[in-house]
Amino acid sequence: MGQISEDQVRHVALLSRLELTEDDVRHFAHDLSSILGYVAKLDELDTSQIPPTSHSLRLENAFRDDEVGASLTNEQALANAPESEDGLFKVPPVIQDGGGA
Amino acid sequence: MIDLCAKPIHELRDLLRRREVSSVELTRAFLTRIATVEPAIQAFVSVTGDLALEQAAAADAARSAGEDLPPLAGVPVAIKDNMCTNGVLTTCSSRILANFVPPYDATVVTRLRGQRAVFCGKTNMDEFAMGSSTENSGIKKTFNPWDPARVPGGSSGGSAAAVAAGMAAGALGSDTGGSIRQPASFCGVVGLKPTYGLVSRYGLVAFASSLDQIGPISRDVEDAALLLNAIAGHDPRDSTSAHFDPPDYTSFLQRGVRGLRIGLPKEFSGEGTDPEVQAAVAAAVRKLEELGAVTVEVELPHSPYAVATYYLCATAEASSNLARYDGVHYGFRAPADNVIEMYSRTRSQGFGEEVKRRIMLGTYALSAGYYDAFYLKSLRVRTLIRRDFDAAFEKCDVIAGPTAPTPAFRIGEKTSDPLAMYLSDIFTISVNLAGICAISVPCGFTEDNLPVGLQLIAPSFGEDRLIAAAHAYEQATEWHRRRPPV
Repeated sequence: MGQISEDQVRHVALLSRLELTEDDVRHFAHDLSSILGYVAKLDELDTSQIPPTSHSLRLENAFRDDEVGASLTNEQALANAPESEDGLFKVPPVIQDGGGA
Repeated sequence: MIDLCAKPIHELRDLLRRREVSSVELTRAFLTRIATVEPAIQAFVSVTGDLALEQAAAADAARSAGEDLPPLAGVPVAIKDNMCTNGVLTTCSSRILANFVPPYDATVVTRLRGQRAVFCGKTNMDEFAMGSSTENSGIKKTFNPWDPARVPGGSSGGSAAAVAAGMAAGALGSDTGGSIRQPASFCGVVGLKPTYGLVSRYGLVAFASSLDQIGPISRDVEDAALLLNAIAGHDPRDSTSAHFDPPDYTSFLQRGVRGLRIGLPKEFSGEGTDPEVQAAVAAAVRKLEELGAVTVEVELPHSPYAVATYYLCATAEASSNLARYDGVHYGFRAPADNVIEMYSRTRSQGFGEEVKRRIMLGTYALSAGYYDAFYLKSLRVRTLIRRDFDAAFEKCDVIAGPTAPTPAFRIGEKTSDPLAMYLSDIFTISVNLAGICAISVPCGFTEDNLPVGLQLIAPSFGEDRLIAAAHAYEQATEWHRRRPPV
């Protein structure tokens, strides 16, 4: 644990679908390194025999019958869409002309 | 009329029931108060005056028709802007949701409508509830009613400031690592973080789903009980909602603290805590002893690891939850030639600095090669933190300590150092990791006239203990009667 390089920052930004300027890359490398330096204190603890807790409530799966209930109309569902057409969400091209996506 | 705005909900309820004031009159008083004070405090993202007057008129009509109305009927309340309100802008204080008008209500909002509460507005917050000062809002900054040079705390800073400044009789906040309790402490009001699963999260914009919980921010403990009564209980629309039948929380107000065992963790009294905060909390514990409680020393040996644990598991969950903001279904979209560019530009322009930082940290903690060392490690330490509380609660009924290590800090004081900001949640975070409940109640003022909060912590579904102890303390003191200079 500890340092994070500018290349790692660029890779994580790609995974996160964030576009960063070179300035952003530099200061995220600095901030994240300092935070990771702090969280490295967890290494002081031997947790090899400790089970993980992902959730504090000891809940079973919450099953229910698969029944159709009340839902939004098409109009309501699209009301906040940045762009829509023919009752559908519209997005920019997924595959570009010439095959490069 | 202004003095109406300083009254707790239970007194307003009695005035409404005795017809000494109508809900429309009361709502007008609060809207006037908002118009006067809001320019200096900036607690609201949206003030919903028309809706409020409509709801107030409907509550008055129901009362005139002889209906037996619930305690919140006709009372103006504020709702943090990360809870969906059908037909009312819900921004989460983010540019990415700046135009989002939900087509449905969060369950807590449905419950408040069911009580005929009046909605006076949606309150400002740190963007996506990520922050401890409300300075990360993508909409505006909120100022502390006790000192406008200081932050109101966060992330529910707008809700706490609105209640403190008399712009709402009570409010809902949400708490992922201290976001109800810390601003309540900074603003001199009561804030209760319920047990995970007690209050439905349906319609709450998700930040860290295993930690988020909605709860009340109020003028006094009785109001916290009334608000909790309104929102607690199982909801089939939230799969993490507990199958627990909540009691009437007002029934514990008079229980007192005789024989109550108060645990004092030595880890909560260490260096780094402001001496005035330490003194106020120590005096509050002595007051509880005078009232019949007994103190025992307890240990929470893993609490020094809570902040580190939290910033791995909370950011990991956030990075996954916030993947949905892609410019497709709702919210802001940046123009682009292809869909991948559209996602990246939308997110880069729509999210603020701290949200990006946490998405990056969480994505890193979950990414190939780092998952075991960071994310899984944090979940194992989370188990140790929970076990600390289990062991402590074998020796005591509630744990007492400060809510925050300092009183409200200055605007801009911690914005350049994310880690310093994270550490302001050092006493609240472990409660979320363990999934248990806690309350912050005013316990004094510093020499600069800034409020200090006492935090009481109880085991899962131990809200009865919090309400009994906090109410006994509050009624034996005068702190909750002080009003900010605004």
